[in-house]
Amino acid sequence: MSLAALTLHDAGEKLRAGEFTSVELTEAVFERIAATDERIHAYLTLDREAALAQARAADARLRAKDDDSPLLGVPIALKDNFLTQGLRTTAASKILGEFLPPYDATTVRKLRGAGAVIVGKTNLDEFAMGSSAENSAFFSTRNPWDLERIPGGSSGGAAAAVASDQCIAALGTDTGGSIRQPAACCGVVGLKPTYGRVSRYGIIAFASSMDQVGPMTKDVRDAAVLLEAIAGHDPADSTSVSRPVPRYSDGLAGDIKGLRVGIPKEFFVAGMQAEVEQSVRRAIGELEKSGAGVEEISLPHTEYAVAVYYIVATAEASSNLARYDGMRYGCRAGAKDLTETYRISRADGFGAEVKRRIMLGTYVLSAGYYDAYYLKAQRVRTLIRRDFDEAFKRCDVIVTPTAPTTAFNLGAKTQDPLQMYLSDIYTISINLAGMPALSLPCGFDQDCMPIGMQVIGKHFDEATILRLAHHYEQTTEWHKKTPKIEDR
Amino acid sequence: MKITVEEVERVAVLARLRLTAEEKSQLTQQLDDILEYMGKLNRLDTAHVEPFSQALDAISALREDAVTNHPDPEALLANAPDRDGTFFKVPKIIE
Repeated sequence: MSLAALTLHDAGEKLRAGEFTSVELTEAVFERIAATDERIHAYLTLDREAALAQARAADARLRAKDDDSPLLGVPIALKDNFLTQGLRTTAASKILGEFLPPYDATTVRKLRGAGAVIVGKTNLDEFAMGSSAENSAFFSTRNPWDLERIPGGSSGGAAAAVASDQCIAALGTDTGGSIRQPAACCGVVGLKPTYGRVSRYGIIAFASSMDQVGPMTKDVRDAAVLLEAIAGHDPADSTSVSRPVPRYSDGLAGDIKGLRVGIPKEFFVAGMQAEVEQSVRRAIGELEKSGAGVEEISLPHTEYAVAVYYIVATAEASSNLARYDGMRYGCRAGAKDLTETYRISRADGFGAEVKRRIMLGTYVLSAGYYDAYYLKAQRVRTLIRRDFDEAFKRCDVIVTPTAPTTAFNLGAKTQDPLQMYLSDIYTISINLAGMPALSLPCGFDQDCMPIGMQVIGKHFDEATILRLAHHYEQTTEWHKKTPKIEDR
Repeated sequence: MKITVEEVERVAVLARLRLTAEEKSQLTQQLDDILEYMGKLNRLDTAHVEPFSQALDAISALREDAVTNHPDPEALLANAPDRDGTFFKVPKIIE
């Protein structure tokens, strides 16, 4: 087995025990990338020389043995909407050109401080807008389990990189499901923390009332370890909170007896793939056998979540993306006056889905339509939040499928934006209400495509969803199955 | 129709996007479909529901107002499409 196949916690332990060096581990990861990425297309930018320099520095710290950071010497991939000082950052958009960030995102700075090795930047839907990674301005990433299928999105490159051992773990971002849905599609673990748990400083903004950073990993323990490393208050992000960060990895052991698991009836409806429902129901049965109490609950406004999300998210995006004007960075077109310079620079630089969302967001915020769309959506968002508040009076966690189907074929939904938006039907209400949620593997369909189960927690109760997910994972073998990319 | 080509043109100006004729006609159709779908929100009576404003009750927004300038102006200017010394150079704004 290649060292690249190790989990983060295994690799960290073995590095600290001196079984191999960070340089050896990093070389193994780059060998794996060389052998597979021509078919997967997970990475937009690789940083081999800098990574090996970081690995050598980590090895020096490891030899000194005065450092017990769990990330020390471990190669980690970043979705390409994290600013990395001096390393090209694109958000998979042409409009950023060859953008070289002048500073690191806070989460990147924390990884570096903990001694992690930054492998490179992974592909995404442009500005994180999409559910398939097909909206990248550069290329589509393939699903390691079936190269004709999408890896999910928007963090599709990160999910594919983790699933194909092209890194030990990765960080993604999640505004409407962009960590969890690709994690489900690629058979890995993805955690969207509570809004406010992790700093977004230095993340290329999409929809600021929902954007959140989180880990994408090979198992649940790794998600706990990585969350611990990135969570906490940041003076540079006024929405990050100053609550203490629990030792998530210490809380994983222990049973789930008496834990109350809510199953929302509105999430099990027509249109979902039968095998997804069967796998998730079987997993719920396992939780019951482990002593959890399972109860049907209701989230009555679930069917409105997609409509609310695509009003609120596009409104915020139209405002956030106004900064791409071709003046201080990015591409600038030559034109007769300033307004035309803006209009042509933006027309040349943005892709079709980004233009669609800017147009929709501008429309719902414009005079005459603001009340009918934006304000209406924010009122219904309050109802969605209340649904969860009510539900969490009766249960400790909520369990649902992560996505209605397993990964679909490339091109299947690119001509129909609304159908693509409905891929997020089970994930977006969580962003609207701000809770944490994790996706983990819970089975495979008849085509051997992974199925994801979503575990939703109360605000700032990542510890409980990690414990339940870890307990379930220990009773199964799903997370140990890996795609056979060599055979294809 | 929820939206017309003329409205799409008006919104494109507000959004500082220049659209081709083909993009305009395609966007009119697609936005119409999406807005039609969003019409389902009107089934809900929200007259007495406050609009959502904040995901969290406890936001730690206050801090010392300390100067934290980037130490390297050159790094900030390096991405400029056009510059003049330590200034960003932009197209003429006033005729």
